Amino acid sequence: MIRVNGLTKDYGARRAIENLTFEARQGEILGFLGPNGAGKTTTMRILSGYMPPTAGSAQVAGYDIISESLEVRRRVGYLPETVPLYNDMTVFDYLKFMADLRHLPRAEDRVDTVLDMVGLIERADGYIGNLSKGMRQRVGLAQALLHRPEVLILDEPTIGLDPAQVVEVRNLIRELGKERTVLLSTHILSEAQQICDRVVIINKGRIVAEDSPENLQARLSGAQRVSLRVRGESDELVEKIAAIPGVQEVIALPEGVLEFQHAPGQDVRPEVARTIVRANYDLLEMQPVGMSLEEIFLELTGKKRK
Amino acid sequence: MRNMWIIAQREYKHYFVSPIAYVIMFTILVIVGIIFALNIWQASQPIVMYSPYVPDVSIITGPMLFMFIFSIPALTMRLLADEHRTGTLELLLTAPLRDWELVAGKWLGSFLFVLTLIVLSLLYPLILHLLIEPGLDLGVLLTNYLGMILISAALLAIGVGISAMFSNQIAAFFTTLVVLVVLWFLIGAPADILPRLGDFFRYIDLRDRFYNSMAMGVLNLSDIVYPLTLLVLGLFLGTLTIEVRRWQ
Repeated sequence: MIRVNGLTKDYGARRAIENLTFEARQGEILGFLGPNGAGKTTTMRILSGYMPPTAGSAQVAGYDIISESLEVRRRVGYLPETVPLYNDMTVFDYLKFMADLRHLPRAEDRVDTVLDMVGLIERADGYIGNLSKGMRQRVGLAQALLHRPEVLILDEPTIGLDPAQVVEVRNLIRELGKERTVLLSTHILSEAQQICDRVVIINKGRIVAEDSPENLQARLSGAQRVSLRVRGESDELVEKIAAIPGVQEVIALPEGVLEFQHAPGQDVRPEVARTIVRANYDLLEMQPVGMSLEEIFLELTGKKRK
Repeated sequence: MRNMWIIAQREYKHYFVSPIAYVIMFTILVIVGIIFALNIWQASQPIVMYSPYVPDVSIITGPMLFMFIFSIPALTMRLLADEHRTGTLELLLTAPLRDWELVAGKWLGSFLFVLTLIVLSLLYPLILHLLIEPGLDLGVLLTNYLGMILISAALLAIGVGISAMFSNQIAAFFTTLVVLVVLWFLIGAPADILPRLGDFFRYIDLRDRFYNSMAMGVLNLSDIVYPLTLLVLGLFLGTLTIEVRRWQ
């Protein structure tokens, strides 16, 4: 459980985050989305006990991050953005060291278990300095999982991984998120869409939106847009389709392409298809052109859409 | 305490994978060995002065302390500065250990290394003991080594405290070096110049304390209290710095 209330952090005169309030429940994967410099890492560093906030409060796993920092740190698994590691240690020794700092019983066995979870068991005796970026990322993840934490805070967990590993790590996070609280930051929107139950979008230190990925998409796209293509020119169809109840704003585009909008929650596509066929046109394709999360993101964070 | 020990163990092992520790250990033992041999040689010459020259333990502990002033900065410079530079400090500061446990653990690691060196150097007093009649005064040997251990412990703590302030090892090295040179060679100077406060400067003059009491077999309570105060001060400084850095 993570509960954040009015969190603010200043670096000198610069305000990194301002009055953040959000919550992540147990068994929930909360995505933290935002452009670079939005304040994601700052927020995660505060929640992991690395540094105190300037103002506001937060509880992680039921403990206050300022007055009960040690209790919080015992219960949080944290993967920092830059994945700092000791290059002159072997993977096993490093994880053993971190496990010892957490006073884990039978630390060696636990290290083997997490190495297996992240698929690094063969590199256990290799030096961290010789690992690829993706492997380092997985060592960092293994470190965060060592003590079976109630809360996982993962700063860009899939960055630098190859596509197959990305899939593995996402599955692992989804699995872990079933009984734990996971807060993960990402700038990959499809990732948030795939693994997060809820998404908090943050820009310039402020929350601009908070909802499930599906709702965000639905809410922001408003009316649904559909694009279709017929053989030949589509000009004559405009009036016929516009006459169908629920259809709004029909536009004919070159090469038989036609776009229309319809009110959300009302699927007019079957009726549109019948109308086209009845008018003796060959319907070649029809697809919804909902606003992608990318576009939502750009719109929310105030950047121009193309 | 357990956390402190875990940090200390890692640091202690780390010294033995880096060449700098071996270089320091080898250099100190060889130079002390040379000075030791020269003293023995001098003592074995026909008597040229009024009284015969009988070397004592300070021919070993004196040069060792002198070399500690220059090598302790190299032993401590990395300890926290490098954690800061590589970002691994973030791992330690988000692990469930108190800031003072981290700083004290770093100090303990370096202290154990210096202690290893000090134990190895016991070879020289052993040789000396066998060479002179009627052997070494064990009390003097004890106060000499106790002084050396206390002083090196204090200087290492200062080095660790300074290392916490930098993310650059070289900067930490030179700052520590300057502080140690002042503490060892210069701080006693005002005692003879200033009309007042002379006693104060004599009190904080580490070198004077060592040579005029512990090296002679005398042990005052303040000889123990003063280095321990420096030790606590150094570790406190390091902990405070880490704490302040968290807020930045």
